[in-house]
Amino acid sequence: MTAPVSIENVSKTFGHFTALDKVSLDIRAGEFIVLLGPSGCGKTTLLSILGGFLSPSSGRVVIGDRDMTFVTPAKRPTTTMFQDYALFPHMRLVDNVGFGLRMRGLGKAERDEKALGFLDLVGLKASAGKRPHELSGGQRQRVALARALAVDPEVLLLDEPLGALDLKLRRQMQDELKAIQKRVGTTFVHVTHDQEEAMAIADRIVVMNQGRIEDFGPPSQIYMRPRSLFSAGFMGEVNFVPGRVRAADALSAQVETSLGNLALPAANFTAAVPKAGDAITLSIRPEHFRGTDKSDDPMFALGDARVAGSAFFGTHYRCHLQPCATDGDALVAHLPQSSDVRDGEIVPLAVRAADVVALPAASGTL
Amino acid sequence: MLRRILIGGVSWAYLALVYAFIFLPVAVLVLFSFQDGRLPVPPFNGFSTQWYEAVFVDRKLMAALGNSMLVAISSSVVSCVLGFLAAYSLARYKLPGSALQRGLLIAPMTVSYLIIALGLLALLNALHMPLSLLTVGIGHVVINLPLCFAIIYASMGDHQINIERAARDLGANDFKVMALVTAPMLMPSILAAFFLSVTFSWDEFIIAFLLSRFDVTLPVEIWSMLRSGLNPKTNAIGSLVFLASVALLLILEFSLFGRTKKQ
Repeated sequence: MTAPVSIENVSKTFGHFTALDKVSLDIRAGEFIVLLGPSGCGKTTLLSILGGFLSPSSGRVVIGDRDMTFVTPAKRPTTTMFQDYALFPHMRLVDNVGFGLRMRGLGKAERDEKALGFLDLVGLKASAGKRPHELSGGQRQRVALARALAVDPEVLLLDEPLGALDLKLRRQMQDELKAIQKRVGTTFVHVTHDQEEAMAIADRIVVMNQGRIEDFGPPSQIYMRPRSLFSAGFMGEVNFVPGRVRAADALSAQVETSLGNLALPAANFTAAVPKAGDAITLSIRPEHFRGTDKSDDPMFALGDARVAGSAFFGTHYRCHLQPCATDGDALVAHLPQSSDVRDGEIVPLAVRAADVVALPAASGTL
Repeated sequence: MLRRILIGGVSWAYLALVYAFIFLPVAVLVLFSFQDGRLPVPPFNGFSTQWYEAVFVDRKLMAALGNSMLVAISSSVVSCVLGFLAAYSLARYKLPGSALQRGLLIAPMTVSYLIIALGLLALLNALHMPLSLLTVGIGHVVINLPLCFAIIYASMGDHQINIERAARDLGANDFKVMALVTAPMLMPSILAAFFLSVTFSWDEFIIAFLLSRFDVTLPVEIWSMLRSGLNPKTNAIGSLVFLASVALLLILEFSLFGRTKKQ
């Protein structure tokens, strides 16, 4: 089963602390949604509200077409996969997976058969008679997934389920999760603070910070066209260059920065329509810097920069570049494997206009 | 070299002395239960099982043995159930004055059995409740409930909260969560509390003596036998009581502590 989820103006306060501040979110049926953000951003609170473990201070949660705001977890069409797996230590795996079916009144033979089917789905059918303490972390995680899916929920909530696994196993489980989600078609809402994990599995990512949603969209959009400075910074390495709008019309804007002047399409202003005089921050990904050579796209020369340090990362050289024009902050650029840069070398810098995103300047310190 | 042998020898001697101090009285009791003669005092005249035969044909002793088992097991079951419920509510819900309530639950441990027995005696009198095995059982619940509560409460950790949440999430109501998840998870400590409570109730004397009348428990029966003078039969029944306690402790050790070590 699967169902859309609608979160309408949900707030949650704990004493004087606002964990969620008027959060609204529409999730389509069968989507794999990732709530991404640093610890304390409210993502786990939001998940708990979806699962029914917390009630919002205000706002509404609708799953399918039913208002679920104050329905208990047992009566919701959701199940949660907990960070510490929360398997029942005294039960065999087949009883763990069949527990939800038992609560729904299924007979032993029928629920064992279904439970074995779900253990098979996660590749643990042969271990059905074991107890959780005999399993490795990755296997426990799979049992937790099978147990949560066995009751055929409309929405599966995953609370940092991969957090306790080592990196290699985590990557492998991400692929498995994604494959299983495609197979069962259930709406998945997954919480993580790992942006690579988010990009690996999400149909759409919700970037959260300080109880608010900063950005919401497919991974490529969040990465390439972030709608806030926080979102740009959280999704990967980025260079922020302060600037000012000199002139703007409906299609483009003239921007002046310490690195030179650029004409940007109005569409690159992802957060607000540009107005003359606006203080802005340009967000440029390290891999978007290139030499001034070949390209049909309109390029902007940003002047020369001195290589202050570089390291070879396999797919690219990661370089610290000091622009010659200013003594402002050094930039981080990813230059191609073939570029063979040396410290102290002077390289010309350029960016494609389409790759530069203009965001409102941070009010206060970033 | 000599010093090391000397230190080693002294340590072993010390260890032997400690164990002798603890177990010599019991050993003597068991030895003279096999005395072939009328007095359980040295010299040891020879080996005989006649006193054990005498114990097993003594109707009053056997009745007292049965009473003791009944009181020990039923009072321990009640103590464990009440202790578990109290521990569950204090560990899982925010209750008014929970620190105070915990203190109040454990407080009876610090009161002497004599005071508890006298207090209960006064209360039962005021309620016009006749003394019986039931009242002895009530007394034993009073002394064992704090113990059961403390043991079970100590084993309730935060990591079990998520497991209970998972059960609730999968559709279990509060009663099913408690019966199918919480209690089985805590079974090692619940059983530990149960067996300890049984051993305490099994050889408790003062409360059993003051709160019983016609039907008495084994320690009270032994006490009345002692009043008519020393007799190897009391040694025999004492040895049996000791054997039962040891058996319980061994069950506890192998069934519970052995299992937790394996995990």
